Amino acid sequence: MADQSLPVGQGVEVVGTPLRGTWLEVVHEWIITVDHKKLGIMYIAYALVFLLVAGFEAMLIRIQLAIPHNTFLSPFTFNRMFTMHGTTMVFLVGMPILFGFGNYLVPLMIGARDMAFPRLNAFSFWVSAFAGLLLYYSFIGGVGLSGTGSAPDVAWFAYAPLTEKAFSPGHTTDYWAISIMASGIGSIGTAINIIATVFCMRCKGMTLGRIPLLPWLYATMSFIVLVAVSPLTACQAMLLIDRYLGGHFFDTQAGGSAILWAHFFWIFGHPEVYVLVLPAFAFANEIIPVFSRKAIFGYSAMVAASVSIAFISLGVWAHHMFTIGMTSFGNAFFTLSTMLVSIPTGIKTFNWLATIWGGKIRFETPMLFSVAFLFQWVIAGLTGIMLSVSAWNWQLHNSYFVVAHFHYVLVGAIVFMIFAALYYWYPKITGRMLDERLGKWHFWLMVIGFHITFDTMHFPGLLGMPRQIYTYEPDRGWTTLNMIISVGGFIQAIAILIFVYNMVHSYFRGEEAGPDPWDAWTLEWATSSPPPAYNFAIEPEVASRRPLWDRKHPEDPDSAFE
Amino acid sequence: MATVPMEHGNHDVTWTLPSRGTVAMACLITAESAIFTIFVVAYLYYLGRDVHGPTPKEALDVPWFYSICLISSSFFIVLAERAIEHGKMAAFRLWWAVTILLGITFLYGTGVEWRNLIVEHHLTIATNLFGTTYYSLVGLHASHVVAGLIMMLVVLAFSLMGAVHPHHAYRVKTLALYWHFVDAVWLVVFTVVYVVGRQ
Repeated sequence: MADQSLPVGQGVEVVGTPLRGTWLEVVHEWIITVDHKKLGIMYIAYALVFLLVAGFEAMLIRIQLAIPHNTFLSPFTFNRMFTMHGTTMVFLVGMPILFGFGNYLVPLMIGARDMAFPRLNAFSFWVSAFAGLLLYYSFIGGVGLSGTGSAPDVAWFAYAPLTEKAFSPGHTTDYWAISIMASGIGSIGTAINIIATVFCMRCKGMTLGRIPLLPWLYATMSFIVLVAVSPLTACQAMLLIDRYLGGHFFDTQAGGSAILWAHFFWIFGHPEVYVLVLPAFAFANEIIPVFSRKAIFGYSAMVAASVSIAFISLGVWAHHMFTIGMTSFGNAFFTLSTMLVSIPTGIKTFNWLATIWGGKIRFETPMLFSVAFLFQWVIAGLTGIMLSVSAWNWQLHNSYFVVAHFHYVLVGAIVFMIFAALYYWYPKITGRMLDERLGKWHFWLMVIGFHITFDTMHFPGLLGMPRQIYTYEPDRGWTTLNMIISVGGFIQAIAILIFVYNMVHSYFRGEEAGPDPWDAWTLEWATSSPPPAYNFAIEPEVASRRPLWDRKHPEDPDSAFE
Repeated sequence: MATVPMEHGNHDVTWTLPSRGTVAMACLITAESAIFTIFVVAYLYYLGRDVHGPTPKEALDVPWFYSICLISSSFFIVLAERAIEHGKMAAFRLWWAVTILLGITFLYGTGVEWRNLIVEHHLTIATNLFGTTYYSLVGLHASHVVAGLIMMLVVLAFSLMGAVHPHHAYRVKTLALYWHFVDAVWLVVFTVVYVVGRQ
């Protein structure tokens, strides 16, 4: 593909692969590494492992719900499965995989040799990894109520006072709280690192107006992490004070408030959605222009929209709490503030469409996933606006309509863009292309399975099926719909297994990628694939937002117009 | 097509970026502020909701002296920062040590206050909502004072060994930024716990 003779890599000789040490030496090297690329790869690999684990848990849930009065899982196990599925997907899949891409890409895209604080980076990764081990160790070590087995079963938002010692005896909730605390510390460390990297490590000439959109959005997302994940860490500390020191923060018998936990949790919980979705936007900002063969439309509007999303996201949390009960002023405020989100997200959507408009579109796998993302994101946004209306919300809160809505965001937008990003940057990370034919299979099965599952899921919600129930009566009219949802789930599982096979297969047998397989424009494609430990032999200098375009087209550089 | 001469940046302009230590410390302070906000909100929310005593009004005395110690330490650390910037190492060590002493005095004050609450008023973290929120909030702040003191003592030890030089001024200033934050938080905690909370 990259048959243009480019002055790529600034004359860097691709260093021959160093002699492989023994197995133990290789492991040792990965453990002690502070290199942002290796840490990025470890984050991504770690998250993909947990993606399979949490996906497996989702499949168990869907088997149980496929038919009424199913006894495949006990009620206790069912509670554990949806708790572990939710917690794992948010804290051990979503955050790490997005931080992994950030780690790998941000320094490369801004022309730096590493993150601002490489050792803090390693610390953050290992703390997050420890959080995952802690959470899953609870299956062995976290004995709960006698006779009900182990692992947390308080749902991912762990409403008080269920989490108090009286209602959750044993240690399962402790593992949950400590694991989330550890993951939070890791996230805050990485967020500090990303902000410092983006603003302090830029190569020469990369003014704020020339930073590619991905680092810009990662910096914005890191800001949300700082102000939104810290409250979560704080309220885990409160929960542990209650459980271990006899405190009364959420002890309703001593005057403590269960509602305060709900506020504190959603002050984290809603911005968290934007923590996860901003990197997905960031991938779209890089992939859509390259596959439309046009520069991004409305760069400064994109940055402004992202930053305003960050601010608005901090003022909408109580739309998760309409049914808990608020004053009419509270209802109106949170309805309106939630609707406000649609303005900056609308700006982004139209800018992507304008980027595609009139472009010379290449429908390779990354672009396919991006186009599906655009459609699904818009639909997720529309059900979001429906749910933001407090009167409508009273009807549908904690029903499968809500489950369908947030899975539309988390799977339809975020997971789809993560797949797009993996297809797009896999060649950079491994030096080999992912197989395009398998990629198409993966994409189409994923799209079909996704829509069978999550389009259908809105309907049992409208018919009144609450979330987190382990079974239902056959006369409710939910049976066929639930069977369809489960079938769609298995189609997605097959798609993901094809993807896993593709990753492994292409690592050994894939086509050689070369430094710039997509004919792209940002700095990560200016170095070899995979990049050497030092990234760039000579620190790059840029004069526009698309430095590689300038290099490839010296007769018509962007720098003349920006 | 317009012919545009290639100009890769202007080499005469020096390329300066913000210092990563300051940016990272500002980020840490942002995150820490969010944590303190949650504990402050909990304290204010639970004021007067206790089902039994002791109440803040009965149990708490305003720690004027120790608060002045902590707040004034911000002034002395500024003197230390100025001294190291101008290469006056003896003055730096002196002001740095004064800052640490004031910090330790403040911690001693917290210890005396807690002992009094536990022994005289029988207030522990498990007694009532006031105990839970008070010890958490003041304890969170005190643990930040401890962290700051440990870091400053390390710098003092290095300085007495002669390993701190004027070119380390930037690092010292980054640490001082944290100390200013700890002091500023005390102003908030003081207002919430001893002024608003005792009414």
